Amino acid sequence: MPQRLADLDANATEPLRPEARAAAIAALDLAGNPSSVHAEGRAARHLLEGAREHMAAALGIRPAQVHFTAGGTEANATAIAGLAHGRRVLVSATEHDAVRRAVADATILPVDGEGRLSLAALAEALADGASPALVCLMLANNETGTIQPIAEAAALCRRHGALLHVDAVQGPGRIPLGPALAVADTMALSAHKAGGAKGAGALLVLGEAVPAPLVRGGGQERGLRGGTEPLPAIAAMAAAIAAAEAWRQTGGAERLGRLKARIAAGVAAIPGVTIIAAGAGTLPNTLSLALTGAAAATQVMALDLAGIAVSAGAACSSGKVGESHVLAAMGLGPLAGQAIRVSLPWTATEAEVDAFLAAYAAMAARLARKAA
Amino acid sequence: MKVVVAMSGGVDSSVVAALMAEAGHEVIGITLQLYDHGAAVGKKGACCAGQDIHDARRVADTLGIAHYVLDMEARFRAAVIQDFADSYARGETPIPCVRCNQRLKFADLLDVARDLGAEALATGHYARLIDAKDGPALAVAEDRARDQSYFLFATRREDLGFLRFPLGDMTKDAVRANAARLALPVAAKPDSQDICFVPSGSYADLVAKLRPEAAREGEFVTEDGRVLGTHRGLARYTVGQAKGLGAASRDGDERMHVLRLEAGTRRIVVGPRASLGQQALTAGEVNWLIAPPQAPLACTAKLRARETPSPAEVRWDGRIAHVTMEKPATAAPGQAAVFYDGARVLGGGFIRAAA
Repeated sequence: MPQRLADLDANATEPLRPEARAAAIAALDLAGNPSSVHAEGRAARHLLEGAREHMAAALGIRPAQVHFTAGGTEANATAIAGLAHGRRVLVSATEHDAVRRAVADATILPVDGEGRLSLAALAEALADGASPALVCLMLANNETGTIQPIAEAAALCRRHGALLHVDAVQGPGRIPLGPALAVADTMALSAHKAGGAKGAGALLVLGEAVPAPLVRGGGQERGLRGGTEPLPAIAAMAAAIAAAEAWRQTGGAERLGRLKARIAAGVAAIPGVTIIAAGAGTLPNTLSLALTGAAAATQVMALDLAGIAVSAGAACSSGKVGESHVLAAMGLGPLAGQAIRVSLPWTATEAEVDAFLAAYAAMAARLARKAA
Repeated sequence: MKVVVAMSGGVDSSVVAALMAEAGHEVIGITLQLYDHGAAVGKKGACCAGQDIHDARRVADTLGIAHYVLDMEARFRAAVIQDFADSYARGETPIPCVRCNQRLKFADLLDVARDLGAEALATGHYARLIDAKDGPALAVAEDRARDQSYFLFATRREDLGFLRFPLGDMTKDAVRANAARLALPVAAKPDSQDICFVPSGSYADLVAKLRPEAAREGEFVTEDGRVLGTHRGLARYTVGQAKGLGAASRDGDERMHVLRLEAGTRRIVVGPRASLGQQALTAGEVNWLIAPPQAPLACTAKLRARETPSPAEVRWDGRIAHVTMEKPATAAPGQAAVFYDGARVLGGGFIRAAA
C-alpha cells in the first residue's frame, strides 16, 4: 500500500499522547486489584484514585463525580438508560448513535441548517409532555464540529424540571468544558478521543440525579459500573485528559484553528466545494467539506488510496460508509451524501495539511474531468 | 496496474484478489453491501453485514490490500429486489443475478473503479474475455459446468475492455487449489447457493411482502379452459414446471406442465409436454456485444441458465429480438435469451410473454 501522508481522522480516534502512554505502561506492571484488601490491592487503588483526582482537577470538578466506564458509548448508555426511568428522552437529531440508540423510544429534536439544536423545538417539547424529561445534547458534533447551545438548552431544562445529559467526547483538548460542566446533570467522556487508550471512558455525575447502573457486578465506581477497573486504560485516560486540556490552554487549540483555516482557504478555489456548518461555531479541528456530485464513499476511498485518512458519515462496524444522519438532519439534501469530515489530531502539521490539500485538489480535478 | 476487485467474501473473488496481488498489481478490494443481512435472515441481533463481508475483509487484510465496503442497500432494493418481485407479479420468472450485474456491479461499481483511477475491474465470474478482431469479446468459461456467461449478457460492450475475469480459464478445482496454496481464510468455504438476498430460501415469502398479488391464489386451467385446481400464487411457478402443481399435476393420464402465467386473471395455464415447446419468441431490453446485426443472425440461443445453447435465428428490428428456434424450446418470460456464436456471447435480451 502507498505511503501514509496524513491521518486527519482525529474525531474517530486521537493519536496516543505520550503522557497517556507512560501512565498506561506504568499501570500495566501493577498487579493488584483495586478492590482487594492487601497491599497490592491498596497500591492499585491508590493508582485508580490518583487518576480520578488528576482528571477531576484537570476538569475543575470533584473526584467523586468521576465514574470510569469502558468507553464513551457505555458512559452515554449508562447516563441515558440509567436516568430514563419515568422520564421522556429527548435527543437532538445529530447525536451520535451511542446516544440516539441508548433507549428505544427517544424523541428526536430538529436542528437548523448549521446543525444547531432548535431551542424553540426543545422548549415546545419540554412544555408539551406530562412527565419530566431527560434531554441529551452533545457538546460538539463529531461530523461537522458544530458546537451546541448547551447553556441555553440547560436554562430551558431547568425551567421545566428536565435533566440534561451532555455527550462531550469530542470536547477535551479542543474547546473549554467548563460552561457545560457547570450546567449539565451528567456528561460522557471518552479516553481515546482525547489521546488516551481505547477501553476507558468516564461518566461524570454533576447534579443530584444518579443513573441506575447497566452493569452491577461488584459495585465498583460507587455502584455505577461493576467490574474490575481497567487500570492501564484509566490511568492513560486521566493523563490524556489532563494533558489535552493543558495543551488546549497553552496554544494547542489556536494551532489547530490555524491549520483548519489553512484547509478552508486551500479548498476555497476548488469548484463545487461547500464548507458545511460554516455559519456555526465549530470545533477548531473539524471541517466538513462537501464536493458537489462526488459520493462521500468515493472521496474517502480516493483519499485513502492517496495516503490520506479522512472519514464520512458514521463508521458502521461493517466498515460501510452509510449515509450521514447528521447531514441529512441538517437538511442538506444530496450534499449529505457528498461530504467528508477532516478532523485534525493534536499532532497535525502544516505538511500534513498541505498533503491533504494536494490530494484533495487532485481528486476533485479527476472527478470533475469525468463529470464533464 | 491499479485494479478494483469485486470481493463477495466467497472463494472465487478472494482467489481473484489474491492472484492479482500476487501478480504485483495494486489491488483495491471492494465489497458491496447489498442488503441488511440481519433483516434477511430474520435473526434479531445478527450483524447487518453478515459473514460474507467479514470474510472479504479478512481476506483483504491477509493479503495486505486496501478494502472498502460500499453501501448499496437502497440501490439493490430498488434495482434488484423490487424488480425481482415486480417480475413475478407480471407472471415472469426473473433472474436477479443479471440485474445485479447489469445495474450494480457493471454500472455503479464500475463507475467507482473509474473514479478511483483504476485501470480495470476484476470479478470472480466464470467467463472469458477474448480478443476478437472487432475488439474485446465475451466468451464462455473454460469450465463449462461453471460457465456464467449467460448472466453477463447485459454488460455494456464498451466496458468489456475494462473488465477482467481471471477465473475464466480455470476449473473450480484449480480455484480451490489456489485458495489453499495462498492460505486464504476462505479456502474451505462452501459455494454460495440460491439467491443471495433470501438466505432462508423462501423467496416466495419475500415476493409476497413486496407484491402481495403475486402470492394470491388463482386457478390452474387447461388450454381449453377447464379448471383443474387452485394454485398458491404466481410467484411459486415458472414455465415448464411439472412439480408442485397439486390437483393440476395430471389431466387424466397426462402429466401437466406450466405453459404460461396470466397476471391479469391470475390464471396458470397447464398442458401436456407436447404443448410446452415453442419455436418463436421475442426478447426485449436487448444488449449486443457485437455490432447490432442488420440481417437475420444464425446463432445458438440459450433460454435458461442450465441448458446448452440450441440453433436459432435472430432478427433484430432495432428494439426487439425476434428469435426462431430450430427445434421447439421452453421459454419462460423474464429469463434471458442469450445468443452465442460457438463460445462467444453475441448479445441477449429478456424473454417476453407471447402477445
